[in-house]
Amino acid sequence: MANYKYHLLVCGGTGCKASESDRIVNMLNNEIRENGLSSDAKVVTTGCFGFCEKGPIVKVLPDNTFYTRVTPEDSKEIVMEHLVKGRRVERLLYVDPETKKHITDSKHMGFYQKQIRIALRNCGFIDPENIDEAISRDAYIALGNVLAGMTPEETCNVVKESGLRGRGGGGFPTGLKWEITRKSQADQKYVVCNADEGDPGAFMDRSILEGDPHAVLEAMAICGWAIGATKGLIYIRAEYPLAIKRLKIAIDQAMEYGLLGKDIFGSGFDFEIELRYGAGAFVCGEETALIHSMEGSRGEPTFKPPFPSVEGYLGKPTNVNNVETFANIPVIFNKGAKWFASIGTERSKGTKVFALAGKINNVGLIEVPMGTTLREVIFEIGGGIKDGKAFKAVQTGGPSGGCLTQKHLDTPIEYDTLIEAGSMMGSGGMIVMDEDDCMVSVAKYYLDFTVEESCGKCSPCRIGNKRLHEMLETITKGEGTMETLDKLKTLSHVIKDTSLCGLGQTAPNPVLSTMDNFWEEYLEHVEGHKCRAGSCKSLMQYIIIPENCVGCTACARNCPVNCISGERKQLHVIDQTVCIKCGTCMEKCKFNAIEIV
Amino acid sequence: MAKITSLNDLRKIKDELQQKIRLRENADSPEAMVQIRVGMATSGIASGAKEVFIFLVDELEKRNVDAVVTQTGDMGYSYAEPTIEVILPGKDPVVFGWVDVEKADEIIEKYIRGGELVEGIIPANYNTIDD
Repeated sequence: MANYKYHLLVCGGTGCKASESDRIVNMLNNEIRENGLSSDAKVVTTGCFGFCEKGPIVKVLPDNTFYTRVTPEDSKEIVMEHLVKGRRVERLLYVDPETKKHITDSKHMGFYQKQIRIALRNCGFIDPENIDEAISRDAYIALGNVLAGMTPEETCNVVKESGLRGRGGGGFPTGLKWEITRKSQADQKYVVCNADEGDPGAFMDRSILEGDPHAVLEAMAICGWAIGATKGLIYIRAEYPLAIKRLKIAIDQAMEYGLLGKDIFGSGFDFEIELRYGAGAFVCGEETALIHSMEGSRGEPTFKPPFPSVEGYLGKPTNVNNVETFANIPVIFNKGAKWFASIGTERSKGTKVFALAGKINNVGLIEVPMGTTLREVIFEIGGGIKDGKAFKAVQTGGPSGGCLTQKHLDTPIEYDTLIEAGSMMGSGGMIVMDEDDCMVSVAKYYLDFTVEESCGKCSPCRIGNKRLHEMLETITKGEGTMETLDKLKTLSHVIKDTSLCGLGQTAPNPVLSTMDNFWEEYLEHVEGHKCRAGSCKSLMQYIIIPENCVGCTACARNCPVNCISGERKQLHVIDQTVCIKCGTCMEKCKFNAIEIV
Repeated sequence: MAKITSLNDLRKIKDELQQKIRLRENADSPEAMVQIRVGMATSGIASGAKEVFIFLVDELEKRNVDAVVTQTGDMGYSYAEPTIEVILPGKDPVVFGWVDVEKADEIIEKYIRGGELVEGIIPANYNTIDD
């Protein structure tokens, strides 16, 4: 078996492939063969290094040398210098933008500080069904320290000093929430973990629960100590069976070790955790609706105040935090509030987990410090847009958020800047759209979702959103007028101002933000009856190009509604009044005689 | 397992567990063995991680490779599921993406047995809290 001295890793991500990384692989292989190094060095194509801007990337192991912007012509030099003579090719090394120094070892590149895994620290490292693996990575140490030497007040203060804000969407300061619940007087209080993740395309919380359930359990116990609660409840949707299974195993194991239950660490503090299942209604992610659902009532929100911190589950003070918020807590205690507060920006501390989805190359979970720009997330970590298409927009905050566009790419991601830009942080779903996505249809899609998920309690949300959806439908059919657009805007503002809960108050956001950022697309639909993305079926026509049609009858024979007529070897014609725009004719035509206009 | 009744107990257990892991990873120790983690969150399992997991456990035993195969959560590379991480004694961890049974076979034969890297490596691109 060959015993390779060197491995040359060549990035095979889409970005690097576009700049000829395939040819680099070939040329490197040729050079290696010509120099008789075939048994010493092997070239391997890898997945995306996430450094597309400086691509193509070639990394040499075992010395971790990181070459950037390599061209196929550089292959010879890399082989001759690095492999044969053992000297690095200085000019291809990465130059640190700040110190202007060449960096040889990829571990010391500023670029890789772009992701820091705090909430995801154990996700993909430990066996989530084995508490020992969690313990070997510091699980329950923070709880032990808190119980051994901190008062509830001090515990709340640590969270306050860390600057941690709620990761479920609203961004309320977590320490303050704990403090308010701590100060509420009652014979029983509750800690609730909101695991009702419902945004389309979001799976951060599920991944944390499936990958590191003990982080959440430990944090809930710390919270229990801080606010004076002995009971914790996790509200989780029944659609997450694996997360439920692993949580149950984790709770059992922690109980067995005495890390949950009675008299934890001999401190006299008791804490138990139970699961409560949700049926997957989006509105139940709103904390008052969630509490009603847990009590066995309809999952409907109620007016705040009273806030759950004062009057929550069964009328008792209840602290509700989201999964990712809890997952940060043990690290804050182990590494210190100052350490945590040193990451991120002035008003948003720490990191945020995002689920990248849509038309992006590296679909997946990422965790970046607050203040990272959308450009860095989408084009560097995310590897850019699929199939080399043009970026159009990114939807953050799910159905409650909005679309951000080209002009927002350099906006740092923080709670406040995203709101200023007309969207919101939300729970962390990021759906990337390209030039083929019609923004009116995108708004309609989200309204579809909120109309379905509205609980129906208040009329602005129940009736108003339905009307918004109908108006969007008219526009995508090409039947909208300027008046429709006016009404759409006015009604959106009315719904925002008058709805009872967060669901209604934010439901028109996708409409308003697409109208703000893509007004010209709305105009085109209304005035020109055109959809530039080609996705609104009513606004397009399949027509036959006379010069190309040979009269083979393939289209007519395959048309499901028989709307194409024409004799053999004669020009065929599509009857637009009957056509359902299924596209079969275009698929079947071998002569490129059918086009969409 | 006995109850953990004090913080010191927990620390002691933690140190023992870490010691064990270090032995497993240390190339000079006689107990050194290959460690493999298979990403088995919902997305991994949906893309076939379970079959890969079973294949690895069975085949490594059949081929007499001293290895520990464990399941783990989502590594974050949804675009390249199923993903596995392989740690050879004394070496840095390597993550492989798009691992089906065929790929797993290649990884056992080439990387685990011969130290030869194969296609499909996912470069790590993040910092941990210990960095």
